[in-house]
Amino acid sequence: MTVKVNGKTLQVPKTMPDWQGKPQPTTMLQAARFAGVDIPHYCYHDKLPVAGNCRMCLVEFGTPMMGPDRKPVLNEDGSPKIAKSVLPYEPGTSRGAIACASPISPGMEIYADSPATKQMREAVLESLLINHPLDCPICDQAGECKLQEYSVQHGQAGSKFVEAKVHKPKEVDLGPRIVLDDERCVLCTRCIRFTKDIAGDDALGIVNRGSYNTIAAWQEGKFDNNYTLNTVDLCPVGALTSKDFRFKMRVWFLKETKSVCTSCGTGCSITIGSREGVIHRYEPRENDAVNGPWMCDEGRLNYKWVGRADRLKDVLVRGQKSDWSTATREISAKLASAPAGSVAIIASARQTTEELFLLKKLATKLGALTDSIAREGEGDKLLVNADKNPNSNGARLTGIAFTEFGFNLPKIADGIANGTIRTLVVFGEDVTKHGLGADLLAKLDALIVCDILPNATTALATHLLPGAAHAEKRGTFVNVKGRLQKFMKAVEAPGDARAEWEFLHELVFNVTGQNGFVSIEGLFNQMAKEVPAFAGLEWAKVGDTGVNVPI
Amino acid sequence: MPEQYKLILKHADEPGYTPDLGCYLRHGGYEALKKAFATSPRALADGKSLSPQEVVRDDVKASGLRGRGGAGFSAGLKWSFVDRRSGKPIYLICNADESEPGTFKDRQIMHKDPHQLIEGMIISCWANDVKLAYIYIRGEMPHGAKLLEQALAEARNAGFLGKNILGTGYNLEIYVHRGAGAYICGEETGLIESLEGKRAYPRIKPPYFPAVLGLYMCPTIVNNVETLCHVKHIVTMGAGEYAKLGTPNNTGTRIVSLSGDVKQPGYYEIEVGKVTLGQLINDANFGGGLKPGRSLKAVIPGGSSSKVLKAGEVFKLNRKGADGQMTKVDVPMLDLPYDFDSLQAAGTMSGSSAIIVLDDSRSMVETLANLAEFYAHESCGQCTPCREGALWLAKGLHRLSHGEGRKADAEYLSHIAQNIQGRTICAFGEAAAWPVLSFIKKFKDEFEAQGAADEAAHAKGAGPSHELKLAASPNQH
Repeated sequence: MTVKVNGKTLQVPKTMPDWQGKPQPTTMLQAARFAGVDIPHYCYHDKLPVAGNCRMCLVEFGTPMMGPDRKPVLNEDGSPKIAKSVLPYEPGTSRGAIACASPISPGMEIYADSPATKQMREAVLESLLINHPLDCPICDQAGECKLQEYSVQHGQAGSKFVEAKVHKPKEVDLGPRIVLDDERCVLCTRCIRFTKDIAGDDALGIVNRGSYNTIAAWQEGKFDNNYTLNTVDLCPVGALTSKDFRFKMRVWFLKETKSVCTSCGTGCSITIGSREGVIHRYEPRENDAVNGPWMCDEGRLNYKWVGRADRLKDVLVRGQKSDWSTATREISAKLASAPAGSVAIIASARQTTEELFLLKKLATKLGALTDSIAREGEGDKLLVNADKNPNSNGARLTGIAFTEFGFNLPKIADGIANGTIRTLVVFGEDVTKHGLGADLLAKLDALIVCDILPNATTALATHLLPGAAHAEKRGTFVNVKGRLQKFMKAVEAPGDARAEWEFLHELVFNVTGQNGFVSIEGLFNQMAKEVPAFAGLEWAKVGDTGVNVPI
Repeated sequence: MPEQYKLILKHADEPGYTPDLGCYLRHGGYEALKKAFATSPRALADGKSLSPQEVVRDDVKASGLRGRGGAGFSAGLKWSFVDRRSGKPIYLICNADESEPGTFKDRQIMHKDPHQLIEGMIISCWANDVKLAYIYIRGEMPHGAKLLEQALAEARNAGFLGKNILGTGYNLEIYVHRGAGAYICGEETGLIESLEGKRAYPRIKPPYFPAVLGLYMCPTIVNNVETLCHVKHIVTMGAGEYAKLGTPNNTGTRIVSLSGDVKQPGYYEIEVGKVTLGQLINDANFGGGLKPGRSLKAVIPGGSSSKVLKAGEVFKLNRKGADGQMTKVDVPMLDLPYDFDSLQAAGTMSGSSAIIVLDDSRSMVETLANLAEFYAHESCGQCTPCREGALWLAKGLHRLSHGEGRKADAEYLSHIAQNIQGRTICAFGEAAAWPVLSFIKKFKDEFEAQGAADEAAHAKGAGPSHELKLAASPNQH
């Protein structure tokens, strides 16, 4: 269909996906995007039912004028004559249409920057601001607020308003993770629609009437599903704030790093917000192949362990502080001289695919039994998966674990008990909870453990190597559906802690003589050559939203 | 001297007329329904033929019946928009949420002659293949709801409702649903939301045109009480005879609610366009004139949201001469025929046919402040311009009517209203804006004088600060 946006003629599809992905007549807002024109809006959201209430996207438009013969009326130059839409009762005044909900028609002209459109925007913004507290200096949303942004782009410096403002509830305890400031709210209802139509929890609504309208939970404090924090992202202003994040950090100081959530096998794409080595928040990063624009509260708040004070920071050899070169040399020598079958490796499906690939290389050389630990929990219908490991498929595809995790654990226990297994390498798991108790581990010559936080197994290690959290390194995970996603480094690991793949590639070189994995790019590309599921992949070509791999 | 023409209210005010079924039947009740059921298919010139239901629908269109709720839209055309191929049930809703200030006509029907409404509804439902219909009645009319419930029970017992009505095999159920006291529920899509058990937020159109995506996302007809009653009379009289009532394009009768500064406020049924505004106000058969010693100042002609008319205004209207030619003629305000088209041509509307008369004792500032307070209180608050603008207007007008005005307030208030009209989800935006725009346009001197007087008083250091406090609402914090 041919339409004109701001004087530019363009072809746009007749239908476009709606919030559920179903084809629907293309809207003016969608058509404008094809012309590179972003029509401002508050209530509209690509992934929510259309509400049409904010009126910010009102645009002046025109349609080809039809003669009595139902044929287009032409100008002298043969171009179709356009009838601008006007108020039926006041033909001198243009009538805007809400671009978010108005379908385009052939030959339609959208005037997204005309004086009439600008005036309508200014008026809507003025209306939104008259009762707004204008408390930007102490508002968490400042810096990522649509009221601020649109005021700069489309607003006016002053207002004619001289009346007393409407006062509404402040600091409303909506639920365990959400605080609401009703005075800042623009009543766009995004939070209500998300909660009802996406999270499936009819917990939010509007009470009172007219200018006194306020968002409220069905019962104060009871807005408590596992997706409530998405409403903070959705809120275009500072009305809904996260109890975890509010008043902690000005958003413009945050460094944003693309990463992946590790709390379950879904692997939601996230953005890590950090400043000077400290993580302040996770936010979902839109990825239609995985999580859309959402993530669960549990995953979102599961970042504090990264900065825990008891993080493992030192390389310890037999309990004594050591250093990486000493430990690597000693472990390399131990493994290189180990008789076939005398080493077992227990990896973690919380490790990156690249690390698991390197461990598999070691295992192959050493003839080692390998396994990983299953981590099962509750799943839900939206995003949370019952598999609490972020990289179970990575562990399977690299061959470090079987389809059924824990299959080899009894054999490893037997091997230790009967003395055939003399060295156990454990990455990121507390094996004392999985059938390898302290008594058993005491029989080993060497217990080489790499982990991030202390546990019963790390306490027994002969060689303890401090590892890095996902936020402290680069790598990939393969989620439960076979989506391989890259993640980037947001913060430095504490103390001597180090990305596992960095020292694993040294170990692999020392033990197997294979080289070529000194960078994450090289390592990934090498892995892609050797692991069939990753055939043809290159680090540089895996985009921000990842790729599907066969599982 | 023109007189009332009682079609809808023919029996309602007769002494001894009661709202029960027996009385209705004694006055020819449900004969129109029987007649409708007995309608023969109609052969058309092109060889096709209309089913009995299509014949009735066609007759309603041919009768020229226009909606009596406020918009004056062709009822037959509205019915013709109904999506009959969706495979979904078609619903009919009687909009009995009569809430427009100044309007008290539908309640006369519901209170005095509920079976007339029910008969009109049954015919309309049958003609549109409706199996389930609702009467959405204003929450403040508990008595009407009770009477309707009784009448429906009587109709059910007598076989006019329920299964196999009058042996025709046609099934219909009608339920009464009471609102909870919100003006916005009179807006048809707000009404539908409310009926669905939700907050009465009007729906955006497109895509939610009731004829296609109405109640429960099914095709739905929403008609006013009086409109549905007229359907009965169209069937009884035949479309041709009915169309002779009133004037061309403004057919039938209308019940006018007359209030304000007249000697005889009340409701009067007239042939549309056969009586002028002036006659309605002044004739002994109607308003009987102003109170002694008073002169006319203004008329709100079609419910509180219609644009005000100023005494002495003269309009240029198109008139068809004897030669069939259209000419512009000067028509003084009081000579405006009370119909849909003349009032529209005069820049206002007949709306819900509620005339509010203001004499020279009235302050236009205070009158408008009162209206603005109503609209601020009733704005549902869904969309920005009306939510914020309606209260803004009310606050400004409260200030102006309480000694805190400014000369610039006339412009200030017009500016706010201009930013509401045409920019909202529903027509409430116009309802809130039009009184302000028209009052200030036509009585600007009075508004400016009020503001200037306040400023002068202030300059002398007088006057406390006034902040608007809307009448107590249970939901207001």
